[in-house]
Amino acid sequence: MAAQDGRVTYPAVASVSDAPLTVRGVTVSYGEKPAVFSVDASFPAKAMSAIIGPNGAGKSTLLKASLGVIPRLSGEVHVFGQPIEQARDRIAYVPQRASVDWDFPTTVVDVVQMGLYRKIGLLRRLSGQMKAWALECLDRVGMADFADRQIGQLSGGQQQRVFLARALAQDADLYLLDEPFAGVDAATERAIIDVLELLKAGGKALVSVHHDLSTVREYFDHVFLINVRRIAEGPVETAFTTENLQATYGGRLAATHLDELSLARGV
Amino acid sequence: MGADFVQFSLTPLLIGVLAAIACALPGNFLILRRQALIGDAISHVVLPGIVVAFIITGTISAIPMLIGAAGAAVVAVILIEAVKRLGRIEPGAAMGVVFTSMFAGGVLILEQTDTSKVHIDVEHALMGNLESLIWFRAEGWHSLLDPAALATLPHELPRIAIVCAIVVVLTLVFWRWLKIATFDEGFAQVLGIPVSALGFGLVVTAAVAAVAAFDAVGSIIVIAMFICPPAAARLMTNSLEHQIWWSVAFATLSAILGYVFAGYGPLWLGATNAVSAAGMIATASGIILGLACLFGPHRMRIGVGKEPLG
Repeated sequence: MAAQDGRVTYPAVASVSDAPLTVRGVTVSYGEKPAVFSVDASFPAKAMSAIIGPNGAGKSTLLKASLGVIPRLSGEVHVFGQPIEQARDRIAYVPQRASVDWDFPTTVVDVVQMGLYRKIGLLRRLSGQMKAWALECLDRVGMADFADRQIGQLSGGQQQRVFLARALAQDADLYLLDEPFAGVDAATERAIIDVLELLKAGGKALVSVHHDLSTVREYFDHVFLINVRRIAEGPVETAFTTENLQATYGGRLAATHLDELSLARGV
Repeated sequence: MGADFVQFSLTPLLIGVLAAIACALPGNFLILRRQALIGDAISHVVLPGIVVAFIITGTISAIPMLIGAAGAAVVAVILIEAVKRLGRIEPGAAMGVVFTSMFAGGVLILEQTDTSKVHIDVEHALMGNLESLIWFRAEGWHSLLDPAALATLPHELPRIAIVCAIVVVLTLVFWRWLKIATFDEGFAQVLGIPVSALGFGLVVTAAVAAVAAFDAVGSIIVIAMFICPPAAARLMTNSLEHQIWWSVAFATLSAILGYVFAGYGPLWLGATNAVSAAGMIATASGIILGLACLFGPHRMRIGVGKEPLG
């Protein structure tokens, strides 16, 4: 599978697999220039996958376009072998913390309950069981004591935990996270990674947009490298290499930095 | 509070209150979506549509007015795009130009049209005709039970009552969707909620409320009621549910206080004539907003002063 230039490249997915998330030929454009161009990707089951690339490389765009949050010019997205529209019950989503207005008049537990809105529909009342479930999800991210707080009173790390709790409330099989560690304190990062590890241990698939190269080896099993186009994908051991990073980041990463990342940790 | 009240004040008061509530309810979501000026825009843009609909049909009944207003909205969207592309100016400025021009155009057409048979003129467009909506056949509270008298209620009352009821029902039914899509549109989309259709529905609902209210109370109230009661309500609470109730209470209070002050305020001050009820209702809502800004318990923006997000 290793091509001559050393990059690990996989053939484009030929048929729809039962992989948790498969995208084919996804192209997104914000103007004349494509932000994501004809990307194929497949993310494995029971694993934590990272989408990696420099700023403006289309990491978040790929995630959001896959989910239909922003429109795709072209491309297909399958979740566990089904078109994504038919698999919404199996997806949980943690958007970027900064994408919402935290002055919105609502409480922490209210936000977590939003993860149940698909299940309960428009008019059904929230059962006691569901309320207890929402609190349990808050507890799993260590935010049970904050249930009745106004969301604007939370720190950045606490906001991120609330978003994670909302995704937990969705009780899905595939978790998609957009920069879950961006701007959070170390304790929160640890708490989040613990929750994600537990999900993985429970057989869930996780795909996360990630920007901190120094933690990739520690946190993730699988990487997808993108810079508008797909650069490489595969298990961290084989795909998270100096060559692939160089190809992804171009001159933006110093050579010493690259060596430190991929070699010093003993590949 | 006897026969005179029922005959002269009951219907204008009810119409004022219902119009205020019908506009304030969608206003809550428009404000939270940073679209507060859409209410303003709607009330400007619909004027030429209503006038043209009147010229064509010769009546001011509900359906032609709504169609005219919808047509005007479409024209406005096309014009905004055209100004944006041809003039190469920013969207905000393009909207400002189009809204104001269309409103001015509506006023001009109105002036040139023979509308002597019905009460539609420039003044009416701005301030409505709340004071003239008198229930002639009413002889007292018992008239509320008299079918013959009820049949002569000003037609504006049932119209705005129906629209207000529709707005209330839509708000209740789509509550969860509106809440999640207003707070976190991307997440709502992932849940499978049709957020674009919902946003469009919200604007259409606001437009229907605006057109229905427009006939009775004029565009000044419409603009004020979309923004002032919900904005004041936001300063009173940190819960969306409570905010809605506060906005309904403030809308009601504005309508009642405004109507009473317009009728009696000048007399108390020694003047001889009453002032426009519509103007006074809008003013009352502005004063309530001002008081909420000064004394509302949640007037501090919560997130301000903390680390910037992202």
